[in-house]
Formats: sequence, structure tokens, C-alpha cells
Amino acid sequence: MRDVAIASFAQTKYVRNQIHETEVDMLIPITREAIERSGIPKPEIGFTCHGSSDYMAGQSFAFVGAVDALGAFPPIAESHVEMDGAWALYEAWVKIQCGEVDSALVFGFGRASMGKLRETMNLQLDPYTMGPLGLDAISMAALQARALLDAGKISEEQMAEIAVRNRRVAKDNPVAQVTGDFEVAKLLAEPYIVSPLRKHDCPPISDGVSAVVLAAGDAIGRGDSKPVFIRGIDHRIDSHQLGSRDLTVSPSTKLAGEKAGVHAGPVEFAELHAPFSHQEPILCEALGLEEGVLINPSGGALAANPMMTAGLTRIGEAASHIAAGRAGRGIAHATSGPCLQQNLVCVLEGE
Amino acid sequence: MSDSDRIESIVTPTRTEYDYTPGPSAQRSLRALAEGRLIGETCPSCNQVYYPPSGTCARCGVATEGEVEIADKGTVTTYAIVRVPSDNIDLELPYCTAHILLDGSDIPFFGLIQECVWDEVRIGMRVEAVWLPESEWGPGAENIKYFRPTGEPDVPFEQFKEHI
Amino acid sequence: MAERCAVIGVGQTHHTAKRIDVSQAGLLREAATRALEDAGCSWADIDAVVIGKAPDMFEGVMMPELFLAEALGCVGKPMFRVHTAGSVGGTTAIVASQLVKGGIHGRVLTVAYEKQSESNAMWALSIKIPFRQAIVAGAGGYFAPLVRGYMNRSKAPEDVGIRVALKDRLNALKNPYAHLKFPDIDFEQVASSPMLWDPIRYLETCPSSDGACAMVIADESIAERADKQPAWVQATAMRSEPTQFAGRDSVNPQASRDAAAELWQKAGIQSPRDEIDCGEIYVPFSWFEPMWMESLGFAPEGEGWRMTYDGATALDGDLPVNMSGGVLSSNPIGASGMLRFAEAANQVRGQAGEHQVRGAKRALGHAYGGGSQFFSMWVVGNEPL
Repeated sequence: MRDVAIASFAQTKYVRNQIHETEVDMLIPITREAIERSGIPKPEIGFTCHGSSDYMAGQSFAFVGAVDALGAFPPIAESHVEMDGAWALYEAWVKIQCGEVDSALVFGFGRASMGKLRETMNLQLDPYTMGPLGLDAISMAALQARALLDAGKISEEQMAEIAVRNRRVAKDNPVAQVTGDFEVAKLLAEPYIVSPLRKHDCPPISDGVSAVVLAAGDAIGRGDSKPVFIRGIDHRIDSHQLGSRDLTVSPSTKLAGEKAGVHAGPVEFAELHAPFSHQEPILCEALGLEEGVLINPSGGALAANPMMTAGLTRIGEAASHIAAGRAGRGIAHATSGPCLQQNLVCVLEGE
Repeated sequence: MSDSDRIESIVTPTRTEYDYTPGPSAQRSLRALAEGRLIGETCPSCNQVYYPPSGTCARCGVATEGEVEIADKGTVTTYAIVRVPSDNIDLELPYCTAHILLDGSDIPFFGLIQECVWDEVRIGMRVEAVWLPESEWGPGAENIKYFRPTGEPDVPFEQFKEHI
Repeated sequence: MAERCAVIGVGQTHHTAKRIDVSQAGLLREAATRALEDAGCSWADIDAVVIGKAPDMFEGVMMPELFLAEALGCVGKPMFRVHTAGSVGGTTAIVASQLVKGGIHGRVLTVAYEKQSESNAMWALSIKIPFRQAIVAGAGGYFAPLVRGYMNRSKAPEDVGIRVALKDRLNALKNPYAHLKFPDIDFEQVASSPMLWDPIRYLETCPSSDGACAMVIADESIAERADKQPAWVQATAMRSEPTQFAGRDSVNPQASRDAAAELWQKAGIQSPRDEIDCGEIYVPFSWFEPMWMESLGFAPEGEGWRMTYDGATALDGDLPVNMSGGVLSSNPIGASGMLRFAEAANQVRGQAGEHQVRGAKRALGHAYGGGSQFFSMWVVGNEPL
């Protein structure tokens, strides 16, 4: 495998409702910042790939407009995944493995505020057997949380502690959306949204974009920060049918972690894409993360959850954490689908 | 199971609502339309003028700037006569859609041509906007009902062949 | 790095307006099972699945690959979803080939589909977006002015489009999977069919189909052991440009010309007309055949129509184009690009049945999408490069 480094990372501040700018307005400065900070001149970027969703934007071919932000003339080698930007990064990484290119711009964007996210996510379910039941995103997550509680694997108090910790550390993250010092006891006094989930257990609705530049070969080490290397990356999927899964575990995360080589070295920290509080311990267990491993130095998805790029943002945040010298080796994770159906694990290491 | 028992499809009605954001450039242009003016923007990198402005020069990937008055007259750079109905369009058939290069703009846009015989629409034909009565103007492209021939001499293809 | 890879199995469904006899999963499995059989392997042999389709609103399901994971044997495996508009079937095949070429997997299943009958594609394409005037009548309304632009530039005879349509519709009669078949088709029928988006006639237009296409792509060691002739992926190319910008040539887009140039260069081809034996290219409206012939470098600018006129692109011509009947005969949008890539593969495998070009050794698969702005292409051959 070729050594591939994350050369730069850029992101917007995440907000509840970005009514002042279009997606392209947001993408122009962020993609430009990522390219400039990578030190790779734009015409030399060999490949571009991004992740987004038509249903998030409320129109067919919504991704086409993103090309307008890139200055794609002369034309560029470019692709798009109807997945989180983390998978766009995977496609770019594969392209680099083929030896065809030495660098790639990867980004993701979503403006969940445009539609009614809770209901939009119902359209992601099996249209014959599950969709017609009318399950919304929070209800599905609540089923999973209930399964964990019933199995005695977590308590509502622990769920609140997870939310408190993520939002406390997010105070140091200038782009985070929901931050602050909260008290577990007060949170537990709040009403349920969908039992057993309270507001603090759920992610905010976030608008924003994030971008990463990958580099290999001579393109490595030209940027304004230290390169952070992808030592392993893998993604796996579980069954879609909630009824046929043990919702208290994540076999696809476990397998992806093994294939990516999570434990080939010490894991100092992890950026986990756990939109709901109870999903963090499921992922920690699947990845074999012991106590003491720092989880979500950025505040994670509970502090900002830009749909279609929250996973890519985890990779970018993890790389930034290492590039800043705060750790030597860590992992980033991205998820997609109801109740952690599909998962990607990326192992990152400094020089 | 007999054939009559077979379920071939189920219908699940869904409804989702979205709020769209036009962005600052389109907002300025829409407000100008409400006053009966066409406002384009310029790319600071390649100096080309865009109407209607989306806020971006997609060629350069930079935000467009400024306000450029665009005429409500222009040249047909290519066209089609539509003779088939479409769910989203409430127009009597046939009708003519054309790429119209407005005077002052560097990019043609899709416009509707009326008040002419279909056989007489041609590439290079000069057209002008027909507006709704001023009392009906709002911040939308619908203020211009359609375009019609001006009767001016045709523009030679060589003059706009880079803009079709 | 840079392993050789080849198509070792191809499968497709029967394409038709409404496949109400199968679910989306059933449709995909029909194509995938045929590809696996053709490749002589089973679901268990597959390392990863790459799926492609056009807009999710065509079926009314957001990211449908998630619910299709089990039907495609993906549980516990990597599953990847591509969406690049009309070019998606081609791009999906390229992504799948790169998983092998990059040395990540040995055997990848790639599937592309559309099942428009489950939602309403017309609706999906014409959602009223505020601030925008709705006057463009679907894809035909968008592309008709570009066709007229080409006619005006090339001064081609007016019946070129009719001749292309007649050729493709005759070819479709030899393809058991094709959607549209007109057994008595002749020049007069095409010529007298109604104008839909003048200058495009009804019989010069592609249908809307339900359908799927699948391929198994494998590494060198597996391909060399395959029972049937593999189609070696010799070169791939992709290019994108924005939908609209000042000075854009939307009739012969730069992205198309650049992708073709890179493709020929990677495949070591100096003269495509002489070195390519046949091409399956994305022609949703008949006039796009001469337009792409020029853009791809098979003919000088303004001369592409002569290839149609002289019969060069006919099944017995020197560069047969759209042997399967093409997009004009079957158009499950998300799969349309992959059907082109798959037909190219089957030609060099000698597996194209009645529409086989005798002795085809090198073939072009081509797809485009969006506003003539996304391009993906590959050259496959009966030998590795």
C-alpha cells in the first residue's frame, strides 16, 4: 500500500440554520482553504470526490451544483458518492493506491435544516417493510438505546455523562455548535423526546461543510501542518433490518476496525461518529477501546452533526489532533444508516 | 396463491418540506427584478458577466461581485420547440424554449419565446422581454412572461458562437 | 500498486417500462446472479460490492444501498455507493475496477440499476425550486437546443438523427434484453414519428426503463483462471466540468475531449478510428452519436455525421457503434452507463450473441451525464495492456 497522508483539513462553523449562504457559497472558501493549506497548487490536485445526499437538499442531482465551487475548468477528474464524505475519502484513497494520482480533494456537505431531518431519515428505510411504519430517526435510535438499557450495558445517567463530556470538551472547538457545562442531574430531570432519549442524548441539526486534502509521494509535506498518515482504512455494513440485528453491538465496526489494524499499535484517542449518546459505548466496545483512551477531543457529533460530512469531519479532527502534536496515533470513525448500520474506521498516525 | 391474490405494489405516500436559500447574489437579483431591473454580477477573475447570478463563476470557482445592468433584449443562440407536455410546466403546446444571450451578459439563459410563428424562430434572432403588468411584479423570474422577436436584423453566428 | 484487472462476468435484466414482477432487491439480484454465473463464482467469492444509481428520488428511497445490503450479500463486507448522474453506471464500474487495480480486493461485484416505476422520475426531475422559472421540459427539453446547436455548426443533413435511430433500433432486435423493439422499423417510421422537442423526434428518443446491470471484476490471477475470455481493463478516464459558465462549449464539452484524450493516451492508442474495433457510447437522443464521434476523436470536428451516413457505425461498418441498440433502446438511467461498459466487455469476450462484432479485440465503453458535463470511459481488450 502507498503511504497516504492527510495534508490539510478545513471546515465551516456549524450552525443550526445557514440561511444566508448556499452550499456553493459555503464550499468555495472551505475547499480553497483546504487546498491552500495543503501546499499543493490547485492544478496539481489529481482527483476530487465528495459526499452528499439529494434527499438532504430536497432536489435531484443536488451534488451537481457542488462542482460550481471548484473552478473545474479546465475540467477535473471528479466523482461523487451518495454517502458521508468519509467514503468519498475512501474512494480518493483507493484512487491514490492505483498510482494514478498523488493528491486528492475530498469534501462533504449537508444542510439538514432545509428539510425535517427526523422525517427525512424515514425515507432511508426499506420501502416495502420498514418505511411504511413511519419510524423516524430518533425513534430508531431510541429502540437501540432501550435495547442497551435492557441488556444492562448502560444507564441513563451514563448516557447523560457522555453528553456532558462531549459538550464540555467542545468548548475548546471553535466550530462546534452545542457546547457548555451541563450537569448530569439537571439533564436527567428533563423530559424524554422519545423514551429513553432526552434532548441531550440527541445530536444537533447542523449545517456545514468540511474538506480534506490527501497527499502521497512528492505531494506529502508541502503544507502548513505536519502530515498525518492513514495507516489503515476499512468499511463494513450490517443488515438493514433492525429486527434481525442485535442492536447493542456493532459487528461491522468491529470487523472494519480489525481490517484497518486498529490494534497494530497503541490507540491514544478516537474520534467516533456517534450521533446519539448511547452509541459511543457500542463503538468503544466494537473497537476494543480500553478505559483511558481519549474519546472525541473535538466534542464529536453531539456537539455538531453536519449530515453527510460528520464522518469526514471526524477524520479531519483526528488528523488535526495528531498534527498539533497532542497524540501520536489514533482512530477516526464514520457511520451511516439507521442504528450504526454501516461503519468506516481509519487509523491515523503522525510521522 | 392465485394471481388475483398477488400484491404487485404498495403505495406509501410521503411528504417532505424544504426551505430553500437563494443566497446573497440571487437575493439581490430577485429584489431588482421586483423593480423591473435585471442585475448581473461579474467574475473578478475572468471578468465575465453572469445573469441570472448564482453568486459563483463556475469556471473559476470564485464568488461573483458588483452589479451590472443587463438589458431585457438579447439574441437567440439556440432553441427547441417543445411539443410534449411536462408535469411541471403549465404552458400551451407547442412552445419555444431558447438559449438567450442578453445584451450585457456573457452567458445565455433558458427563456421562453412567444408571439411568433414557430417556423420563423432561428439562431441569431433578436428578442425582447415582455413583462407582466408592473402591479404584478414580485421578486421572481416570472415577472418576464416571455420573449418576443424585435424585428431587428439577425446577429451573425460568428459573433456568439462561443455562447451556445 | 496498479494490479491488472479484468471483467470476468456480465449480467443484466430484461429492461422494460415497469418491472412490477420484482422488487428493487429482486431486480438487482437478477442482474447480479447472472454476472456471478457468467463469472463462474458465488456470492461468497465476492470481496466487496460497488453499487451505482442516479437520483434517489427516482425510486423514493434515500441511499437505497443500505436496505439492499442483505439482498446483495454485503453483510460483513464493504459496500460502496456512487452517484454521478447519467455517467454513474460507468463511474461505478471504474470505482469497482480501482478496488482491484489498487490491490485492495481480488474480486468485486458491481451493480447499477434504476427502477423508476417505483416513484415518478418526471416528478423527481421537476420539483419546483423557488426562485427558478420552470420551462425546461425534462432531459429532452434540455438537450434539444444542444442538438440544434450541433446541426447548425456541422451543417449535417437533417436525416442523420433518423439514420442513427434506425440503426440502433435494428440492432436492438438482436438483443434479447432490450426494452424497445420495433420489428418492422424503417426510415419512414422514424421520420414520421412526432417531434417531441423539435428537432428531436419520438423515435429518436430513449425510453424510461426499469433495469439493472452487473459485472464481476477480478484481479489477474483470478481472471487468468476464468473459464471464459476475460475483458481486460486497459484504460479508464473520468472528467467533470460545471453545468454552466461563460464561454462553455456545451455541444462539444472540453471535459469530453479531455477524458477521451487521456483515455487514448493511457491505452496507447494513436488513432482511435483504426485501433478501436467497436464502441458502445451513451446516445440518449440520436444526434448525440455524431456529436460524440467528433468529441471522442473518431472523426474531425463537423464530420462525425458522415460516419453514420456512410454506414461506418453500423453493425457491419468499420467502427460499429451501439451494437446492443444502445440507450435509445433501453434506458434504466443509473444502469445505462454500466450497460455500455458491459457491452464493450462482452464484445471483446466474444459473448455479445447476435450483435457480436466479429473479431472484436478492443472496445470502448462510454457514459456521460448531467448537462453534458460528467464523462466516464473505458477501453477493454481481449488481452491485458
